[in-house]
Amino acid sequence: MSKTILVVDDDYDFLEQTKIRLQSQGFEVITAENEEEAETLIEENNFDAAIVDIMLENDDAGFILAYKIKSKNQDKPVIITSAVTKETGLDFDAETEEEKSWIKADTFLSKPIRYEQLYNELNKLMD
Amino acid sequence: MNELKALIVDDEKGMRLSMKKTLERYEFTLENVEDEFTFKTRITATGEEAIQIVEEWQPDLMLLDYKLPKISGLEVLEEVTTEESEMVTVMVTAYASIETAISAIKQGAFDFLAKPFEPSELRSTVKKACKNLILAREVRKLEEEKRRVRFEFLSVLAHELKAPINAVEGYLGILSDRVLGEKIEEYDHIVDRSMVRVHGMKKMIEDLLDLTRIESGQKKRELEIYNITEIIKHSIETALPQADEKDVSIHLHNDEDIEMECDESEIGIIMNNLLSNAVKYNEKGGQVDIDTEERKNEVVISVSDTGIGMSEEEQEKLFEEFTRIKNKKTKEIQGSGLGLSILQKIVNLYEGNIEVESEPGEGTEFTVILPKDSGSSEE
Repeated sequence: MSKTILVVDDDYDFLEQTKIRLQSQGFEVITAENEEEAETLIEENNFDAAIVDIMLENDDAGFILAYKIKSKNQDKPVIITSAVTKETGLDFDAETEEEKSWIKADTFLSKPIRYEQLYNELNKLMD
Repeated sequence: MNELKALIVDDEKGMRLSMKKTLERYEFTLENVEDEFTFKTRITATGEEAIQIVEEWQPDLMLLDYKLPKISGLEVLEEVTTEESEMVTVMVTAYASIETAISAIKQGAFDFLAKPFEPSELRSTVKKACKNLILAREVRKLEEEKRRVRFEFLSVLAHELKAPINAVEGYLGILSDRVLGEKIEEYDHIVDRSMVRVHGMKKMIEDLLDLTRIESGQKKRELEIYNITEIIKHSIETALPQADEKDVSIHLHNDEDIEMECDESEIGIIMNNLLSNAVKYNEKGGQVDIDTEERKNEVVISVSDTGIGMSEEEQEKLFEEFTRIKNKKTKEIQGSGLGLSILQKIVNLYEGNIEVESEPGEGTEFTVILPKDSGSSEE
């Protein structure tokens, strides 16, 4: 059975593109454009991994959503995406133990996303 | 209250003390500067010590005796004058000659005071020197602020322009990788979305050009008597295709001629922005109403829609550059986030006013009030 990925982003075009790309790789995709939609889908819990943008209506919404996903299921892979890294100097990669302890995400990808890398990460995390 | 630091350098004790007393009792204000200025002083009898004090204490003003025991006033001046130094120096001497004055000014002194002098002379010379210093500081502060705002504007702009390019690049990538197969129809949606984003970007660049032209004053204002009603009718025509697409009807309720001295293109930009917003943020099948009123000294134009409206919180941010109201209902609406800040800038040129009334789910009304006689006032 194919795996379902939840993609959360307030950029409609990013959602469209990620959906098309992931579907071409055989994934099922569900999407949410805001925190409220995302929370409903997280509550329903019908997905195998999530890709969440940091900035939604609130600047750190992505972290909160990631936290909620992880508190339902510690092992569910979460990838956080963001376009803000370079401009703000905000930088983290969820690599060290310390970062993992407060950023409830498995991987961090900066935008624009390199899709090959995204597929690799997803496959690795869902093994 | 602003305390300026004054260093007094004179080898005559009586002179030092009387200058000190005069300055410490002196208070002055400057036109257009809110603060009141007073002095705190330090005194010294030698050039060597003066140089040291300047370095440590960084005074705003130095009253410097020309003739000092070891190193002369001119030498002190030469030593402490650097490019970064902001201090103003007034040379004080009993041996006033044109030559000494010239060499002191050449060396960077601001002014020259000949001994003996009355306290009032000292005060007026000091005030003149400080005025120069304070105004230079104000100018520099303004320039720094301008630089900061410009930098902020540019980084937001870069971000705003990058977003549509990223989107289009993403779609082109899907196309070039043939992610959806070989049939061109499969890509219709992708091409449509790319066009929407490219158009959005084009509109943003156009708005940006309008904005810079207004701000730089490059756009020459052509003030003449125009019939506002005609300009509005023209803007309605411009908005019609967009309105038809959403099945929105536009009604102008006052057909009478309203004449006013204005720049036709400026009023056009105001109306185009108001109408385009009233259509864009309307519901399908909605309505736009334009009311105009000619009062004794002003012209009032209001544009109301039956659209999605705004919360109070959203209204507060309305006129900021690149601010777009982001919520579920606006996600499909393209905009540069510049339209209303352009509008505001133009209305400011007329010393006019914009009022906004809005209710979420009910609609929004923008009212622009333009004083009739202000079009010609220089801004």
